[in-house]
Amino acid sequence: MSLDAAPESLLAVCRLTDLVPERGAAALVDGEQVALFRMVDDEVLAVQQLDPYSGANVMSRGIVGTRGEAWTVASPMYKQVFDLRTGECLDTQGREPRRLRTWPVRCRDGVVLLARGPREG
Amino acid sequence: MPQEKDRPEEIDVQDQTPPDPADTTADRPRRLVVVGAGMVAHRLVEALLQRDTTGAFTVTVLGEEEHPPYDRVGLTSFFAGRDAEQLALGDPALWDDDRVDLVLGSRVTGLDRAARTVTTATGQVHRYDELVLATGSSAFVPPVAGADLPGVFVYRTLDDVARLQRWVRDRAEQHDRPLRGAVVGGGLLGLEAAGALQSMGVHSTVVEFAPRLMAVQVDEAGGHALQRIITRLGIEVRTSTATTAITAGPDGAVAAMTFSDGSSTDVDVVVVAAGIRPRDELARAAGLAVGPRGGLVVDDACRSEDPHVSAVGEVACIRGATLGLVAPGYTMAEILTDRLLGGQATFPGADTSTKLKLLGVDVASFGDAFAATPGALEVVYADPAAGVYKKLVLSDDAEVLLGGILVGDASAYASLRPMVGRRLGVDPAAFLLPEGAAAGPAGLELPDEAVVCSCNNVTAGAVRCAVSEQGACDLAAVKGCTRAGTSCGSCLPSVKKLMTTELEKSGLTVSRALCEHFEQTRAELFEIVRVTRLTTFSEIISRHGRGRGCDICKPVVASVLASLGGGHILAGEQAALQDTNDHVMANLQKDGSYSVVPRIPGGEVTAEGLIAIGEVARDFGLYTKITGGQRIDLFGVRLEQLPAVWRRLVAAGFESGHAYGKSLRTVKSCVGSTWCRYGVQDSVGLAVALELRYRGLRSPHKLKLGVSGCARECAEARGKDVGVIATEQGWNLYVGGNGGATPRHAQLLAADLDNDTLVRTVDRFLMYYVRTADRLQRTAAWLEELDGGLDHVREVVVEDALGIGADLEQAMAAHVDGYADEWAAVLADPEQLRKFTAFVNAPDHVDESLQYVPERGQIRPATPSERTGGAVLIAGAELEVRR
Repeated sequence: MSLDAAPESLLAVCRLTDLVPERGAAALVDGEQVALFRMVDDEVLAVQQLDPYSGANVMSRGIVGTRGEAWTVASPMYKQVFDLRTGECLDTQGREPRRLRTWPVRCRDGVVLLARGPREG
Repeated sequence: MPQEKDRPEEIDVQDQTPPDPADTTADRPRRLVVVGAGMVAHRLVEALLQRDTTGAFTVTVLGEEEHPPYDRVGLTSFFAGRDAEQLALGDPALWDDDRVDLVLGSRVTGLDRAARTVTTATGQVHRYDELVLATGSSAFVPPVAGADLPGVFVYRTLDDVARLQRWVRDRAEQHDRPLRGAVVGGGLLGLEAAGALQSMGVHSTVVEFAPRLMAVQVDEAGGHALQRIITRLGIEVRTSTATTAITAGPDGAVAAMTFSDGSSTDVDVVVVAAGIRPRDELARAAGLAVGPRGGLVVDDACRSEDPHVSAVGEVACIRGATLGLVAPGYTMAEILTDRLLGGQATFPGADTSTKLKLLGVDVASFGDAFAATPGALEVVYADPAAGVYKKLVLSDDAEVLLGGILVGDASAYASLRPMVGRRLGVDPAAFLLPEGAAAGPAGLELPDEAVVCSCNNVTAGAVRCAVSEQGACDLAAVKGCTRAGTSCGSCLPSVKKLMTTELEKSGLTVSRALCEHFEQTRAELFEIVRVTRLTTFSEIISRHGRGRGCDICKPVVASVLASLGGGHILAGEQAALQDTNDHVMANLQKDGSYSVVPRIPGGEVTAEGLIAIGEVARDFGLYTKITGGQRIDLFGVRLEQLPAVWRRLVAAGFESGHAYGKSLRTVKSCVGSTWCRYGVQDSVGLAVALELRYRGLRSPHKLKLGVSGCARECAEARGKDVGVIATEQGWNLYVGGNGGATPRHAQLLAADLDNDTLVRTVDRFLMYYVRTADRLQRTAAWLEELDGGLDHVREVVVEDALGIGADLEQAMAAHVDGYADEWAAVLADPEQLRKFTAFVNAPDHVDESLQYVPERGQIRPATPSERTGGAVLIAGAELEVRR
């Protein structure tokens, strides 16, 4: 799905300033929990809030970092590390690989917009 | 498997005639019977089972003591809390081998060489094809009147030291005053015993017949240096003195000693350590030749005149002498193993080098320590003020090292001992001067055949080979490959140096990098941040790392900044570095809710305090549980409820308990002398003071402390990183304990400290740990990894050998002065409170995925099947909250 192709599907979630750089926050989108992360360059990335390994809604509370070129978040529960752009699990801590859903995000006029139809990461 | 007593099935009654010599080539395994289960017997069995790949032998080990082979050399560490299990030698799986039978509590009383049998005190008969006597020695008790009185002990076995400890404890309780003791014998063992008595708070006198201490190992000047140091430690020394009588008091127990000069002294306990005698009675009774000073006479193959009887260790008289050290015993065990398996090894002569630490004083003696070689030269360095005496013995051309004596500072021992018999190639003074002694002069390279570990006869070449050919790339792997440093450990600095050099040569470097973003270790990062005074992660990573960090390095930098007094842990950029627990100052639970633990210093809490906590738990519907650290954990708090819960707790006078941090957790205490009938010091008072002092201190891992008010140790302080146990005189300080998956008992760092000295020592210890430990390394692992271990830490924090004591204390003082309750600060900061929302776009919405069911009158998270099965659910607590 392309953002420009379907602008009507964008949902305003919060202001950019509601988010702390390199930290996550949870948002409710159509009853589903989404974890938003604000990067140092003010880009915002979104993945599912549900940690696929623990089953708890905690991904937004993980530590943000980098692995090589990839932006990552580490689950605060059992420390699996995920690529924030692709949702791919980069460090499974010995478990079978599981992905996070990702959402395209755009910022306009200081407002964080999330594409409604979830894209499989 | 170890057996408690002889097993009846061991009796071999069918086969009591000597086997036909032609039979020995038969297929059945030959029976090896080892009499004695000490250190050398253990080494023999271990080596034989390892190398006997064809099943040539079955082995029966008959031990007189009730314990499997243990580290007799380390016997004194019993007083620092090492029990029989911790002193046990090697892998206990050795005794599970089908080929070996270890029979304990079994004293052999008869040897019938014609029938090839031995008989035990209980009448069991064991037939042998090969017999090894490894009976060791017994303590020699001089024929002095009263040497058999209650309160007079020898110092040889675990049972001996356990009895000694029990006696001292009981007498101290009866007399209610410090005890006085005496040690007969000023040799190695006597000084060990004096140290043991001192560690139990007994004021003691060492009585030595010879004109100096440790006459066997050190020369006159060395002996006097040692005496000066030991006297300074508060132990009285009387040399050239014979004990003429030991006399009893009215209760029949030892009460006084009289000496050859007519003087006498009052004593409550006496330890006799006047030498050892080989346990050769079996050999004598069997008509075998014994040496002039005892011991079964054996040849260089360890065989006696009876080809089926051998001897190893202290009971063997080899080349005309018995040897009271473990290293030559181990060599004999290796020789005999080789011979039993058909080899031709011969005894190369004994290395009588010794390095030990007595009462914290280094003493080492090696090679030709007494300069007996014709024309030998002596180079001496002595500093009586510092309590140091060092001597090197050199060949007449001053080129070849022959031996030496080191008293007070034996750090050069590891580099010097392997050089015995070799050209030094550098100025000998370089080894003797205080600086650089430990590492040895730069550029010194050991030849491959130089023995580095004399306990296990490991050469420098073997260590290099372990690295270059067997792929060992850390100390543990080198130890595993070569056994170097696995006995006394004194060679470990040399082994480590050899290993590192070899790794560098082969182009291998061991990565000590924290993560992909920092090449430094945590300790190195700590120093960088301390020296550069950088205060933000961005600056630190851009100057000293790469990328933007990760869940490994971010919390480490956050912890380092916090330890260095970087202000509130959530201030500015630091907030983004914290793990979720530190970020919201609570403990994440499996369902995504948090638990909250208010600080209860020393476990002391008022009724009002308990009521306030109870009311919070009730009003928020929390699950409550008492923790092991004597406080109360409140579970099931939602992220957005944390500030409201803490507002109530802070109003009731509570503050953060830091249960979420890699920081000081609790100081557990027993009730102590204020209430307890047995308490000797105010343990709660001290625990509260320590907890208030160190609260909030960020460290490489969590830190737990404990304070017990008497030796009964009800606070389990020795299971803590820092454990304090009351004595009549003050406090004993233990360090490096923990519970968890690998429980460790803390070891004694310093004894009988007053309150101020205790606090100063703990200040230094904790700050040294905070500065130098690795990430997530608790104090036990840190002590183990650190070069020099506990001794090194003692030198740094007790003796201030590095001269950083004041700096460490100052750093701790800054922490104490800078402490403020983290939670109170957050409650006062609207910016900080913003993050305590479930959803950034729906602040009033409650996370409905948090569901609970009742259990035993409280809540617990619903299981997945309960969620889908529609069990009775409690969706959080929606009770009215008083603000």
